[in-house]
Order: sequence, then structure tokens, then C-alpha cells
Amino acid sequence: MEQKKHKSSMTERKKDILTGLENLGSRIYEQLDSGYFPSIAMPSRSTENICYDSLLRQFILGDRKVRRSARNIRHLKPFTQLVWAAFFSRELTSQRKTSTLRDVYYSAQAYEMTFTDQQESNNIITDLETVMGLSREDFNIFPEERSAVFGDLTIEYTVPGYEGRTLNLTSHPDGVLIGPALTSAEFAKTTADKVIAIEKGGLFTRFVEENVHNKFNAILVLTAGQAPRATRHFIRRLNRELSLPVYIFTDGDPWGMHIAMVIISGSANAAHLRDLTTPDAKWSGVWASDIVDYKLPTDPLDEVDIKRLYELQKDPRYKEDPLWQKEIKTFMKIKKKAEQEAFSRYGLTYIVDEYLPEKLEETR
Amino acid sequence: MAQTTFEEISASDFFYRNRDIAGFTNPSRAIFAAIRELVENSLDAAESLRIPPDIYVRLSYEGGASKETQIFRLRVEDNGIGVLPRHIPSAFGQVLFGSKYKLKQQRGTFGLGGKMAILYGQITTHQPACIISSTGMAKIYIYKLMIDIQRNRPLILDRKVLINKEQWKGTIVEFCLEGDYFRAMPKILDYFKQTAMVNPYANLTFVDPKGRLYRFTRVTREMPEPPKETSPHPYGVDVELLQRLIQITPYKNMLEFLRNHFHRVGEITARKFLEFSNISPSKNPKKLSHEEIVKLMHMLKRFKEFLPPDASCLSPLGEELLKAGVLKELKPEFVSVNRRKPATYAGHPFIIEVGIAYGGEIPKKGSFMIYRFANRIPLLYDEASDVSVRVINAMNWRRYKVTPDMPTAILVHICSTKVPYKTVGKEFIADRPEVRREIANGLRETARQLQRFLTRREHVDRERKRFGVFSRYLPKIAQFSTRLAGKERLPDIEKLLKSVKKFGTEET
Ligand SMILES: Nc1ncnc2c1ncn2[C@@H]1O[C@H](COP(=O)(O)OP(=O)(O)OP(=O)(O)O)[C@@H](O)[C@H]1O
Ligand SMILES: [Mg+2]
Repeated sequence: MEQKKHKSSMTERKKDILTGLENLGSRIYEQLDSGYFPSIAMPSRSTENICYDSLLRQFILGDRKVRRSARNIRHLKPFTQLVWAAFFSRELTSQRKTSTLRDVYYSAQAYEMTFTDQQESNNIITDLETVMGLSREDFNIFPEERSAVFGDLTIEYTVPGYEGRTLNLTSHPDGVLIGPALTSAEFAKTTADKVIAIEKGGLFTRFVEENVHNKFNAILVLTAGQAPRATRHFIRRLNRELSLPVYIFTDGDPWGMHIAMVIISGSANAAHLRDLTTPDAKWSGVWASDIVDYKLPTDPLDEVDIKRLYELQKDPRYKEDPLWQKEIKTFMKIKKKAEQEAFSRYGLTYIVDEYLPEKLEETR
Repeated sequence: MAQTTFEEISASDFFYRNRDIAGFTNPSRAIFAAIRELVENSLDAAESLRIPPDIYVRLSYEGGASKETQIFRLRVEDNGIGVLPRHIPSAFGQVLFGSKYKLKQQRGTFGLGGKMAILYGQITTHQPACIISSTGMAKIYIYKLMIDIQRNRPLILDRKVLINKEQWKGTIVEFCLEGDYFRAMPKILDYFKQTAMVNPYANLTFVDPKGRLYRFTRVTREMPEPPKETSPHPYGVDVELLQRLIQITPYKNMLEFLRNHFHRVGEITARKFLEFSNISPSKNPKKLSHEEIVKLMHMLKRFKEFLPPDASCLSPLGEELLKAGVLKELKPEFVSVNRRKPATYAGHPFIIEVGIAYGGEIPKKGSFMIYRFANRIPLLYDEASDVSVRVINAMNWRRYKVTPDMPTAILVHICSTKVPYKTVGKEFIADRPEVRREIANGLRETARQLQRFLTRREHVDRERKRFGVFSRYLPKIAQFSTRLAGKERLPDIEKLLKSVKKFGTEET
């Protein structure tokens, strides 16, 4: 098996981020010091300015810009909050500390910066992402929800106190949390030749127990529902830096389908960000046609499921690959859905022994 | 068959039987009315000399009468003109005896108020009243008297004369009466406060039965111009008045009669009128028949060329004093007052003064606080029936951006030689179109001023807030950007802050 060692640019990247933040500070400082009300321009995130880029295969922001100016009394507070957020992010990044959105909300109070609520502070962080074109994880602000990874990949930590230490991701059978330490780690080596992303914890554990990582030479990623951004970024890195193909297994319903889609093409909410998508990843199941072909036990689609299907049908992301439209139509026809666990009707190992190899082959 | 008996009753007997029409309806109302009548007499007595009034009122507990009512001793002292000794018994012991029947603006009019208080005291406690008075001459006179109700005559029980060493001038009235102070208290205190409001040149002191002292101190010694006595205006006379004038007149012809007994009637107007009404200028007024007198009255009312009454017989408070009074008693943030030009209704001159006070210590009640006054007397009862309240309710306040939930007080003062009271109780003003119009116009003017104030204040507030926002956030932007950029020195933001302030004032 080919051994890969990819030196990613994690440290370089951190340096760029710091410089970017400092430049933002200098721009505002200079404007103030020469007697002008400082202002910051950034792409507009309003829905009219979000469009799908079929080349990048993700949503991006259009040319419309908004300007936040300290001259405008209504902008003054969010402007100040933005400058504070940039300052706070720089502190985090340079001191190599991590924090969460909740932390940010509370930390603001130490600087006599008041956010009305969590939503307001979340919005400001999104503004900062838009201004910088970077995602908050780059500023060491991580989400609460965490997903996990398991498989033969050795990583090298860059977080303080662990610099240079390595860890093989098969070390713990529950998987390793995809947290700040892992996402900032360099990839040292791997024998895997693919990545399998799984929506549900139960199946992830089953796969580990059934030795899927060995049998299929795969790195297993648990998305735990809708994949957090850090996980999406992590999957992208596995795909880009290690050139591993990515296969995604979800429940057989519109929601599972969309979990796969967000990993592949991103979300409108993150249209201001890059590097969160894995356009070449494959949705391998459970498809609507699998429900028919494998005669899975089902539940009927309810009203919200159907409504969601109609939305997805019109979504530009779903027009990329004929597979999506075909599966949406099948869902609409059979009006049924099935969970990943449904395979258990054929015995606990059926999914690993029969279904998985067939689908990996089919979506290769 | 029962026989119908006829009898004559005296004036005091009449009012004794009908005391409620003068405001002595029940024990709580009676105690209020007694204080009010005596205080008003005292204010009149001081003002007629243009002396800033100093009035001391003491109500003290004498003993229990029944479960609700008690006996109180009321004492009112003033620094007024005093009463000549020969008039004291009648002034305080004979109903419908008084010095204020003349045509000029005064609080008293009927020759009744003070006596009703004393009468009420007498019938509830059977004790005499004590009057001490001096006009500032050598002696002070002390009378103990009761009223002979059947004969409407004073009964003098005792009389003393003291040497007036200090040249004291004034009057002290003291008597006992039954009442319910506990229930009357809020109205009494309101009465003092509001009296102080329209008499800002007066010192009022009230000691209540619990020994609590309420002091309303004057803020000025300025007093309004005193009213001049006037003769009746031709539009305002009736047959009764004509007959009385004819009886007393020394003039032997109609021309002179009209010229000398009527307000604003000169030689030319008199001649024109006589021609208009086909009366010979040389006719002796005493020779007019009853029919002719009735006709004369009708003609007087019909003739269009009489000049309107002038207002020299009126004594409005004036805008300065009204403002001072409102500021002193209500302590508002803003007050605007408006004194209307003199107007007339049915031949009687009147002047309306209004004021609007806003904010400060004025409470928010959800409705306007309304203060009504007539000839510098507060009107405290029957608010809903008063013309002012009707005008206030009918007004489109939204036009002036004023709403009843704002802390707003409205004040309406009517001065007239004949205040159009609806009742003898002197508690509310009748709805006369002329009066209504003047009140409405005055309120509009003051409301406009209040609106201007509110708009200006809103603007200043907005600018202050605006500046507050900038001075709160700009330093923070400076601080964070300095640290973010890794700089040492804070940028200079003074210029920016100054520009915000300048921008603010330019907008006005
Ligand atoms: N404190 C006083 N000082 C001087 N004179 C007084 C005083 N009190 C009463 N008088 C005189 O006694 C008269 C009678 O007073 P009273 O209150 O009975 O009637 P009024 O004031 O003339 O009219 P009203 O019935 O409207 O009160 C007054 O007209 C006044 O001349
Ligand atoms: Mg009187």
C-alpha cells in the first residue's frame, strides 16, 4: 500500500491569517488617525447576492458590496463589534487558544462590548469571515458540536504543548474528536485509499467493529448529522491533501441526501467561504432506488419531507449531477424513506458485507 | 279639610333650610366649604389694599360628635383691610349683607359665604362665633355673636375693645363646627395648593387637626392690577336693574341717565340709541311706565352700536404671575401660558387665561390633570360638567403631538364681573359659546408652544443620544484597532467627535 506523507501548510496559513487581521487593524487605524470615519467594505450576504458557481461547484457571493461605516450611527455598534471580533480573533490565533461561539459572546463582556444576544455575536463572526474570506475555525473559533474520525491516518499536532507529537487515528475505537487540535494538525502518513463519511453514530461504531477501515482501506468520518464546518473542512483536506476519494452514506430521505450535498457543494450560509466543500465526494447511499432494490423496511414520507423534496428539486446544486434529480423523482414516486439501520433486517453484517462493497463500486 | 298656612321666612332661614345650595351638603363638604369661604374673604380683604396676603388657617379638634363626624374649631387670620366696628355684626351675622355687590371682579359676590360657614357652625354646635378685627386704627374690636336665623339679624353676645398698640390690621374669625376632616382632607389640601398656584404673591399656612403644618410661600410680591369698579353694560341689564337705577338716579332726562349709569355710553352713543328706540332725550326716566321700562331693556339689547365693555373692571392674574404660580406649585419641566384678550358674554366682560405645564414633578396619570379657576378661586367639584373639561375633551390634541398619557397639567382661569357659574355652589362654569371659544383658542396657543418645546427637546435628546453613541463607540474602535494593528499610540479621534457635535447643531 502506498504511504503518503503530505506536509500541509497549517503553520504558514496561521501566519497569513494573523497578517490579514493586522492589516485590517492598520486600515482602520490609519483612517481614524487621519481624521476620517473608518469604513469596511465586504460582499453582501443578502439572498439576491448569493449565486451558484458551477465551476467551483458551490454557492458564492456576487459582486454586490456593503459598506460598514463608522459615520453611520446605525453601523457604529456592529462596526465596533467587528473590530473587536477581529482583535479578539487575533488574540486567540496568536496565543493559539481556541474558543467557541458561546465563548465569544461572553468574552465580549470583559471588554465592555455588549451583544444583545448570541445571534448578534454569531452574526458579527460571520461578518468577520466575510471581510477576511476565512472561516471562523481559522480564527480558532470552533462550534460546540463535534464529530469523529477513525482510521489509519497519523497526524502531527501543532497545538501548544503537543507540537510535533503524533497520533494514529486508530488509537481509540470510538474515534477521535474532530476538534481544534485535530483540525490544526498536519497529516503525517496514511495507508488508506478512501474516506467513508457516515451520518449516524450507530453505523459508525458498527463499521469500526466490522473492521471496515481495514477491509476497505478507509478512513471513517462520523458527521453526526449535518457535518460541522470543521468536519467539512477536514474532509476536504483529506480529499485534497491526501487525494483520497470520499464516499458519503446517509439515511435514505431528503434530509440525509442534503447532508451529503452540503459536504459536496456547501451551503448558502457559507457562500462567503471557500475550502469547505469537496466537490468530488460521492453520495453513495441510501438512495431512493436502494430502498426499492434492497427492499428495505420503510416509513412513509410526511408532508415536510415532500415539501423539502420540491425545494431541493429546484436547488441549483441538485442540477449538477443527474443522479440527484433521478433520486428525488424516485422518492416522490415511492413516497417512502428508510434509515441506514434498515439493513439490519438482513442481519447485522449485511450492510458491510453486501451493501457497502456494491455501493462503493457503483459510485466509484 | 286641612287649612293652608302661610308664613314668611327670612333670608337666613331660607339659606339655613337650603344650605346645600351653598355647598354645605354634608360634614365633609361643609368643612371644606367653611375653610374656602373664609380664606376667600381674607384674600379679598388683603387684595383690596394691594397687600400681599398672609393667611393663617388652623383647624383643631374640639371633641367627638358622632362616629364619623367630630367637632372642630376653625380659626382664620388675615392681614387684610379689616372691618369697621359698626359693620362687624352684620358682615358676619346677617345673610346677604356685604360690600361686594359692586361691578368689579372679586371673589365674593353674594354677601353670603362667610355667614353660611358661621351659620353651619352655629346649627351644628350651638356656639357663638368670635370676630376680631381692626382697620389699623387705634382699636381692636372683639365680637362674640350668633345669628338670629328667623329674623336674619346678628345677636351680639359680647363685645370687647382693645388698644391697638402694634397698629395691627386684619381680621380673625373663629368658630366651631361639625365635620369630617378625614374625608375632607384631600380636597382641603388640593384647595390650598391650587389657591397658592393662582395667588403666587400670597403666604398661606394651614395647621390641621393632627398638628401638621402646610406652608405655601409666596414667590413674588407683585400683584395683579386691581380691578376698577364699573357701571353695568347696556347688554347686561335686566328690568330689575333698570328699576333700581331709575329709583336712585339724580338725573332728570334720559340722555343724562344713559350717559351716567351705563358702561361705555357717551353723548353720541346715547343720542343714537334714543333715536333708534324712539325715546325723547328729554324724557324723565322716573316717568317711564312699566311697559316702557320693559321695552327699554329690549331695545338696549337690540342696539348694535354700543361699544363692548372694557376690561378695566377685571383683574386677570397675567402671564408672568400665572407662570410663577404654576412653576412654584407644580414644578414642571415646561410651562406655557396664554392670556386672552377681553371678551364678553351677555354684556359681561371676561378674560380667559390658560396654561399648560409638562413634565418635571407632574405625575403621569393616563389623563390630563385639569385645574380650573374662577376669579383666582380653585374649582374642585363637578369637574366633568365644566366647560373647560368639555373643551379639553373636544380638542384634537394629537395635532399637537400631545397625548393624555403624558405628564401634563392644564389650567383654565376665567375672570369676570359675573362668572357664569351654573350653581350657587360656585363649582363649575356654564357652557357659553363665547367662553368656550376663548378657552379653545387659548388652549390651542399653549398646545402649540408645548408642541414646539417637545419637538425641540426631542431633537436635543436625539442629538445628545447620537453624540452619546459616537463617544461611546469611537474610542473603542480606536482602542481595538490600535491593538489589532500592533500600534502603540491611540489615534486622535477628538476631531471626529467634534464633527459629530457640530453636525448635530447644524441640523436644528
Ligand atoms: N376677612 C375679612 N376682612 C374684611 N372684610 C371681610 C372679611 N370677611 C368678610 N368681610 C366683609 O363681610 C362681607 C360679607 O362676607 P361674606 O363672605 O358673607 O359675603 P361676600 O364675601 O360679600 O360674598 P360671598 O357670598 O360671595 O362670599 C364681605 O362683603 C366683606 O365686606
Ligand atoms: Mg365671601
